Amino acid sequence: MNIATLFKLVPDLVEELEIDAGGTSLDMTWLRLIISEFDDHAIEQAILLKERSAAQVTVIAPGVEGVDEVLFTAAAKGADRLIKLIGDFEAGVNNHSLARAIVTFLKDLQPDLILTGVQAHNDLDGSLGPLVAGFLGIPYVGYVSGVTLSNGKVIAQKEYPGGLIARIEVDLPAVLGIQAAEKPPRYVAVSKVRQAMQTAIIEEHKVGSLDPTGGIPVERMFKPEAGTRAMIIEGDEREIASRLIEIFKEVGVL
Amino acid sequence: MPAASISDRLFYAKVISVTPHGERLDLCLQCGMCSGICPYGFGMDFPPHALIAELRANEVDPILESDRIWLCMSCFACTSVCPAQIPLTTGLLATVKTEMILKGKVPTELQTALENTLRYGNSLGKSPRKRAEWSQDLPSKVPILAETKEPVEILWFVGDYASYHPRIQPVSRAMAKILQALGVHFAILGPEESSDGDVQCLAGERGLFEMLAQKNGKAFGKYQFKEIITTDPHAYNVIKNEYPKLGFSYPIKHYTQFLTERLDQIRPLMRKPLMYRMAYHDPCCIGRANNNNVYEEPRQILKSIPGAELIEMPHNRSNSICCGGGGGGNWLDGFVWERTHARITEWRVREAIAAGAEVLAVACPYEPPRFEDAAKMVQGDGKLVVKDIAELLAEAMES
Repeated sequence: MNIATLFKLVPDLVEELEIDAGGTSLDMTWLRLIISEFDDHAIEQAILLKERSAAQVTVIAPGVEGVDEVLFTAAAKGADRLIKLIGDFEAGVNNHSLARAIVTFLKDLQPDLILTGVQAHNDLDGSLGPLVAGFLGIPYVGYVSGVTLSNGKVIAQKEYPGGLIARIEVDLPAVLGIQAAEKPPRYVAVSKVRQAMQTAIIEEHKVGSLDPTGGIPVERMFKPEAGTRAMIIEGDEREIASRLIEIFKEVGVL
Repeated sequence: MPAASISDRLFYAKVISVTPHGERLDLCLQCGMCSGICPYGFGMDFPPHALIAELRANEVDPILESDRIWLCMSCFACTSVCPAQIPLTTGLLATVKTEMILKGKVPTELQTALENTLRYGNSLGKSPRKRAEWSQDLPSKVPILAETKEPVEILWFVGDYASYHPRIQPVSRAMAKILQALGVHFAILGPEESSDGDVQCLAGERGLFEMLAQKNGKAFGKYQFKEIITTDPHAYNVIKNEYPKLGFSYPIKHYTQFLTERLDQIRPLMRKPLMYRMAYHDPCCIGRANNNNVYEEPRQILKSIPGAELIEMPHNRSNSICCGGGGGGNWLDGFVWERTHARITEWRVREAIAAGAEVLAVACPYEPPRFEDAAKMVQGDGKLVVKDIAELLAEAMES
């Protein structure tokens, strides 16, 4: 069983976010990147599957600053192959670009199962999983919180609102958008990551020019701007109702 | 079952080989003093002496299957009473914890603290760029070595909690004011400072500790200063006892030692009497840990404060009761509560109240939040006041 896990690095919210001079994206000067939390769970889920069956795990990520350490950490946790996509990723790319770039590699790798985080906090044009599945023409199930391998298929445990959970049998190959791994991402000792830096190899895979078609053009990026303050309406029910009707008339909804 | 031959006892041999004076483990005669004095020994599957017995019998798996070793706060009580002077805390317990860490078996909250330390250089997960923010709006700016670049007398190693925690930042500001009032030529590393690594080291994360020591050692090496002082007993303990083993050897004092040397200068500046009945809590890390034995200097300072009355709790100096913050304990309150329904911090607060203290004087940045929380649990309305010695001095020095 060949499992591919896709991850991306997103802005680390510990640092304050600033808008750049152009006004449509983040200022990268002090920005630090961190693995998207749901992608971290996807890696954990892949390793759990490997521990339960004879699976090979390949982790794939776009080459941006800081990705090497994340790849080596995945190796220390048990990932077998580390793939860094080499392309024009530094300035930030949308998920359509990233999905197309990843698919060029996946067409060679031919994995049975592809795991990725169900969403990332910087997704603007949809999340990565469904786009990859769409470009490959294979099924996608999102909001998955448990994965079992069963006779050449997977049983995906999918969460719905209201506490409902479905178990869905999925033909392979397929993409699963991971909401939570069955266990929280494990701790890996610093000495083990350092060891991986000595022994594991990051394979670089060049992708051609990136194609963002299908993405959303950003006209303006800005921090939340305070609107007018809330108005507290005092009085008994009659007084409040009368005042509300006045306001509705003032603003033109009545 | 055949008796385990000595050559089978690989893990036992490993513990001996990685610990300075580890061969003393062979001297253990199972007297049980260690397990008896251990504050959480009752909750452990293998308190120290049982751990040794188990290792000698080569029963390593049961040890690694149990998570109760994380009840160990690295308080050094066991080490201080062992008649054979076995390095229990830094050797036996830290090595077993290292083995747990290598297998990824670490409680969740502690995992977060370790991951934060690796990524941000502090256990609180705050931006390293903001490490010196506590010092920004003081009337007199605290010099940061990367900015001033000039040689100083004193490098003040501030530490994580003293830099970022809202309860401890006032302690740091009080200390800055005292140093400025005394005309001390000092500076801090600010964003170049990383966590000292003491709790990470004692919690078994050797790789992380070595990384932190390398970073701090490199930062120290860039600047000229005569000695390091610190308001953090953990930093004191690890810089004094562990950093030299990695090649970073600097004279270091706990701030109470430094200020005691200048008491004649401080006394005339204390114009405001503090009519407090105070008990002083001895931190493990400047006290019995590694025989650091800094007990009298904090007391000399407190006795010199006009109006103050100093009383002693029954457990003082080398048998002080740990606040529970060491060895990872600062992040394991939920974990410890689930397993023992006992908080060591509350024991200590009860003892302070029973001794008649109005103020609990402390000298470690983990302690004020821990003791203040415990005081709320014990008294309901938190009458016991917790103050760092620096805060008390600054208060007495107010004009």
